[in-house]
Amino acid sequence: MSTVEVHGLVKDYGDHRAVDSISFTIAAGEVYGLLGHNGAGKSTTVEILEGHRHRTAGEVRVLGMDPAHAGREFRDRIGIVLQSSAVERELTVRESLNVYGSCYCAPRPVAEVIEMVGLTEKADARIGSLSGGQRRRLDLALGIIGDPEVLFLDEPTTGFDPVARRQSWELVERLCADGMTVLLTTHYLDEAEHLADRVGVLVGGRLVTEGTPAELMAMSPLTTITFTLPPATSAATLHLPSTAVVDGASVQIETERPTQVLADVTGAAAALGLELDSLTVRRPSLEDVFLALGGEASP
Amino acid sequence: MTQFPSSARLWFIQTRYQFFTFTRSKVGMFFTLGLPTVMLVLFNALFGGGTVDTPGGSWSVQQFYTGGLAAFTAVSATYTNLVNVVPIRRDEGILKRWRSTPVPLGVYLGGWITSALLVAVCGVVLQLTIGVTFYDLTIDLAKVPAMMVTFAVGVTAFAMLGLAFAGVVPDADSAPAAANATILPLAFVSDVFIPLDNPPRWLEVIGDVFPLKPFVNAFQDTLNPTVTGSGFNANALIYVALWGVFGAIVARRTFTWEPSTGGRSRSRRRRRSR
Repeated sequence: MSTVEVHGLVKDYGDHRAVDSISFTIAAGEVYGLLGHNGAGKSTTVEILEGHRHRTAGEVRVLGMDPAHAGREFRDRIGIVLQSSAVERELTVRESLNVYGSCYCAPRPVAEVIEMVGLTEKADARIGSLSGGQRRRLDLALGIIGDPEVLFLDEPTTGFDPVARRQSWELVERLCADGMTVLLTTHYLDEAEHLADRVGVLVGGRLVTEGTPAELMAMSPLTTITFTLPPATSAATLHLPSTAVVDGASVQIETERPTQVLADVTGAAAALGLELDSLTVRRPSLEDVFLALGGEASP
Repeated sequence: MTQFPSSARLWFIQTRYQFFTFTRSKVGMFFTLGLPTVMLVLFNALFGGGTVDTPGGSWSVQQFYTGGLAAFTAVSATYTNLVNVVPIRRDEGILKRWRSTPVPLGVYLGGWITSALLVAVCGVVLQLTIGVTFYDLTIDLAKVPAMMVTFAVGVTAFAMLGLAFAGVVPDADSAPAAANATILPLAFVSDVFIPLDNPPRWLEVIGDVFPLKPFVNAFQDTLNPTVTGSGFNANALIYVALWGVFGAIVARRTFTWEPSTGGRSRSRRRRRSR
C-alpha cells in the first residue's frame, strides 16, 4: 500500500474547477513534487491531503486514512509546512518548538531540531526578531517537530534568494534521508529536479504528466543557445543553422543537437578569432516543458 | 502505541504559553491593565471624596469607581482581548498552524480562555489593591464570596462573547475597531466611567439589555456599603450567564481556523452554493 493515494480527486469552488480528477500515488520514503504555476491547483491538492480542505469528489488516502475525516491520530503522524503562516512573534524559537511539540505523542528533541535547521544561535531569540529566511527555517522545524511519517512542503522556497534556496534544499535533503515521505509543491523546475524522486505536472487543475525529473526534461528536447553577433559578421560567416533567429545583433538557436551546433558555431568563430559575447546554453525550463505539454505560459 | 499527553497537561501548557504571549505584548498589557489603572487614578483624583447616589442610598465615589473599573478590566482581559487577537491570529495563519497539530480544539481554546481569565484576575487584584492602598477602599469580607462568584460568571460569559464576536469580525484590520466600538460606548451607559443619573430612557434600555451593566452593577454591589447581606445579585448573574451561553452557542458556529483571505471566502462561497 502506498503512503499517499489519490484517485480521481476533484475540487470545485463554485463554478470553477480548481482540481480536475487527478490521480497519483506516493510510495513510502519517496519525495514527490507537484509542479505547476500559481493557480494550477497545487495548494488546493495539498490542503485536501492535509485535511484542511474538503474535496468535491474522488478518493484520498494518506497513511491509510481519509484526511477529510481523520482526526488527532492523523495529525500526529503528518507534518505540514504551510505556505504563509506566522508563528506567535512574542515566543522564542525554543519556546515555540516546545509548545507546538507538546501536542504530539513522540516529538523530536527540541535542541536536535533547532540544530538541524541551523537556528542554534537564534534559539532564544524572539520570533519577531528573525529574518524572513530564519522564519522559514522555523516553519520547517515546526513541520518536523512531531517526527512525522509524511511531510507536506507547500512551496518551501518561494521568495528566497538563490543562496537561501540552496541552503533550504540541503536541509530538506537531510530530512528526506531519514526516510520520511514528502509531498512538495513548487513552481521551480530546478527545485523539483533537485529534491523530488518523481514529479507530477499540474496545468489548470489537471495532472498532465508524471515522471522522474530527467524524464520530464526529456519531453522538451530543445536546448537554447544564445549569444551576441560580433560586429561585421553575418549569419553565414558563423555557419548558423537555418533555425537560428537573428534579431539585430542577438542570436537565438533552439536545437535538439546542442553539441553539434555549438561546435559548428564556436568553431567558426574561433577560426576567425572572434569572441561570442553573452554566450549561454540553456536547458529546457519549466516554461518550455509546460509549452511542450500544451500548458499556457505564465503571465 | 505511544499515548498522547493528557488533556490536563496540554491545557496547562497552552495556558502558560498564552499567558506568556499576552504579557509580552506591550499593546495588550497597556490597554488591558495600564489604561484602567490610569483611569482609576484619574477618576479618584478628579472626583475623590465625593459620593454617588444609587437607588439604595448614597456611597463613596472610590467604592463605585474601583468596582466599575475592576469589572471593566475583567471585560478588557476577556472580551476585548479575544475580539482583538483571535482575528489577528486567524489572518496570520497561526490558528491554521495549530489546526495542523494534534491539539484538540477544546484544549487550545480552553488554554487561551484560561489565560485570559488569569489576566483578568491580575487586573482585578491590581485595581482592588490600588483602591485599598491609596483610596481607602473598604472590602467587606462577608461579600468576598459574592465578589468571586460574580467575577467568575462575568469573565466566563465575556470570554464566550468575545470568541463569538471574533468569529464574525471579517479580518485582522477591523479587529481593534470592532472590539473598541462595541465595548467603549457601552461602558459609558453601563456605570463604568460615570454613574448615570436619570439618563435618557433609550440609553438606560441599551445599558440594561447588554450584559456589561448587569455585570458591572453586580460587581459594584459587592463593594457597595448600602447593599446589605451577602452581596449576591442573582438576577444580574443569571442574566449575564445567559448571555454567556448565547455567546458559547454563537462561537461554536462562527469559529474558524482559516484566514479570511482566499481560503475562507472560497469555502464560504462553496457553502452558499450548496
